[in-house]
Amino acid sequence: MADTTTFKGTPEQERKLRSVIEKHKTQPGGLMPVLQEAQDIYGYLPIEVQQMIADGLNISLSEVYGVATFYSQFSLTPKGEYRVSVCLGTACYVKGADKILEAVEKKLGIKSGECTKDGLFSLDSTRCVGACGLAPVMMINDEVYGKLKPDMVNDILDHYYSKK
Amino acid sequence: MTFEELAKIKEQKYSLVQVRRLVKEQGEELAKQTGYRKQVLICGGTGCTSSGSKKVIDALERELKRHGIEKEILVVKTGCFGLCSLGPVMIVYPEGCFYAQATPEGVAEIVEEHLVKGNIVKHLLYDKTVHEDGSIISLSETDFYKKQLRIALRNCGVIDPENVEEYIASDGYAALAKVLKEMTPDDVINCLLESGLRGRGGGGFPTGRKWEFAKREENDVKYVCCNADEGDPGAFMDRSVLEGDPHSIIEAMAIAGYTIGAKQGYVYIRAEYPIAVQRLTIAINQAREYGLLGENIFGTDFSFDIEIRLGAGAFVCGEETALIASIEGKRGEPKPRPPFPAVQGLFGKPTILNNVETYANIPQIILKGADWFSSIGTEKSKGTKVFALGGKITNVGLVEIPMGTTLREIVEEIGGGIPNGKKFKAAQTGGPSGGCIPACHIDVPIDYDNLINLGSMMGSGGMIILDEDTCMVDIAKFYLDFTVDESCGKCTPCRIGTRRLNQFLEKIIEGNGELEDLDKIKELALHMNKTSLCALGQSAPNPVLSTLKYFKDEYISHITDKKCPAGVCKKLVSYVINPKLCKGCTLCMRNCPVNAISGSPKKPHVIDRNKCIKCGLCERNCKFNAISKG
Repeated sequence: MADTTTFKGTPEQERKLRSVIEKHKTQPGGLMPVLQEAQDIYGYLPIEVQQMIADGLNISLSEVYGVATFYSQFSLTPKGEYRVSVCLGTACYVKGADKILEAVEKKLGIKSGECTKDGLFSLDSTRCVGACGLAPVMMINDEVYGKLKPDMVNDILDHYYSKK
Repeated sequence: MTFEELAKIKEQKYSLVQVRRLVKEQGEELAKQTGYRKQVLICGGTGCTSSGSKKVIDALERELKRHGIEKEILVVKTGCFGLCSLGPVMIVYPEGCFYAQATPEGVAEIVEEHLVKGNIVKHLLYDKTVHEDGSIISLSETDFYKKQLRIALRNCGVIDPENVEEYIASDGYAALAKVLKEMTPDDVINCLLESGLRGRGGGGFPTGRKWEFAKREENDVKYVCCNADEGDPGAFMDRSVLEGDPHSIIEAMAIAGYTIGAKQGYVYIRAEYPIAVQRLTIAINQAREYGLLGENIFGTDFSFDIEIRLGAGAFVCGEETALIASIEGKRGEPKPRPPFPAVQGLFGKPTILNNVETYANIPQIILKGADWFSSIGTEKSKGTKVFALGGKITNVGLVEIPMGTTLREIVEEIGGGIPNGKKFKAAQTGGPSGGCIPACHIDVPIDYDNLINLGSMMGSGGMIILDEDTCMVDIAKFYLDFTVDESCGKCTPCRIGTRRLNQFLEKIIEGNGELEDLDKIKELALHMNKTSLCALGQSAPNPVLSTLKYFKDEYISHITDKKCPAGVCKKLVSYVINPKLCKGCTLCMRNCPVNAISGSPKKPHVIDRNKCIKCGLCERNCKFNAISKG
């Protein structure tokens, strides 16, 4: 299970979550939308949040946990301030996306699925962001970087370091 | 809204949209009736947005104001034109000039020269639309568009997807009106059956048959669902339809609701498609506002509404029973069939589930008739198919071709061939469930049955072109990695079978393969196909089986010669420096991350194979092409 010691939810976040739960409480199949909106509020789905959802929707924690761990978009651990996603869809893969991922892993010193210790970057490999015309691509938050070569990765990430 | 009001909106907006569909001269005549001297259409789809179309749109609006012509020129943000590799793309009507790879600076020139002074800026046009003698041809005459036939994509890149009136002007909601006015549910089903429309999500089940099963069920509550969980990596057909023409899906789902007797629809869409979700949301709200969704549509006793449900990243949710479980808020695990969803689907009620592209065809079939649709295509595959063309191909983008078009026409004419003078090796269709079509079958007409006979499948429409630099064992492993990741774990043949298959491939790629592994792979594949619960597991071995069928010699090279002929598999590749070409510039030596290269300046260098980690950095950086895979 996720690390539970670092959970720092604010009353404001909790208030938002309660209103989300209220909104979807009677909707059939409302658990998925609640989890999605909860992740928007907290950035991830710690066990405390899952417990609040279970209580709010009057279902068991195991059911919430089961759904939260089934789908790859739900994260039980916090993500970085900059979420780097390297597309490993087929169109990007045949154009060398694996080498882009390697270059990012090397630069950030983390593997796909991990977050840097300072919480600045998290790295994921994703399936097709749909910008196949620009393959290979990566996204940093909502910004798309296309037609990448491994030696371009350093400059792009340095740009984000320099923002800090 | 009444039938009369619908007709009135169409009449009012008709010329505005029709300008974009006519040849230049007729368009110019019609443009006079629209109140706009010219129209500029810019793609606001995902592909072009990623290439920076937002900045181009901002620049365009700013420049139009600066020249004081913002009231004479209509700017329309459309969906995908198809040529994603040329993005951001924009087109100016009535001339039909196609500007490619637009930039904010280029737009300033286009506004000043073309929109103000009337001089087309030839050097910024897509080069294939300008002949050597300087004459300009329209986009529809280029190799990319000439052989295409746009039915599902008819409005993509033509209308403003955020404006329901532009859709109505393009015969939008006329099919729903026709169905409610003059067709019984059985008429609709017969029309679909006669048209020969088959499901575009991959399986190819006759759509009319599916609707017939659901209609036959007696139940007060039924559901209409749309599968927009396009999970095949490298496929973006459904996203493009939703971004470019969302109302066509709403209209078709309403027709489905009327036919089977459902009042509620759900669109299950990938959350990774923010633009598509946003545009569909706007479209649903507009449809409600205009009374095209909701209670008593067109004043009849038919009521229908649609809700959006977002996926959360699970490939298996493209399988119908898994998708239904996910809408119900559960883990997206498939269930054994029967009962089929048409009998017992969402929340236990009779449900039909069709793919986005299937729905996009339906309004046109209703309006133009079953005979028109069935006259297109091959004997058993009617109509067109949209493909997302990607990989090693010049024109990466979205194409819609009549069934029966050959792979050669797609690759060489529409796709513009393979870049960098490389040779075509194979086309991969059907994604992780499909297989490869090798060069020797390039003249086969594309349809459902031919692709199955070749050991691939139509799939949802991803088509990845592979060239001689692609290793077929590596590509098979790529898909297996995917299915291992995405196997939901419910049934053993898939959960363990995919892993075991992957281990065999890993062994081969690392140079430890044995010939008998190939027989074991085949045996395991057979068991997975026979015993897996859903199509994901049943078809997971296909990428391996089809590459093994057509490229067995590559597997053998990996196993017996310990060589990767394409030079992709790292463990089987070694880099060598050609002493005749090496100038001793020391660049490779300085860049090598593990100090595996040695030598004195101005003398040929050597690579220590024991130290080399085969990263390929030296090969990429060498200015004299002295380093190659040996």
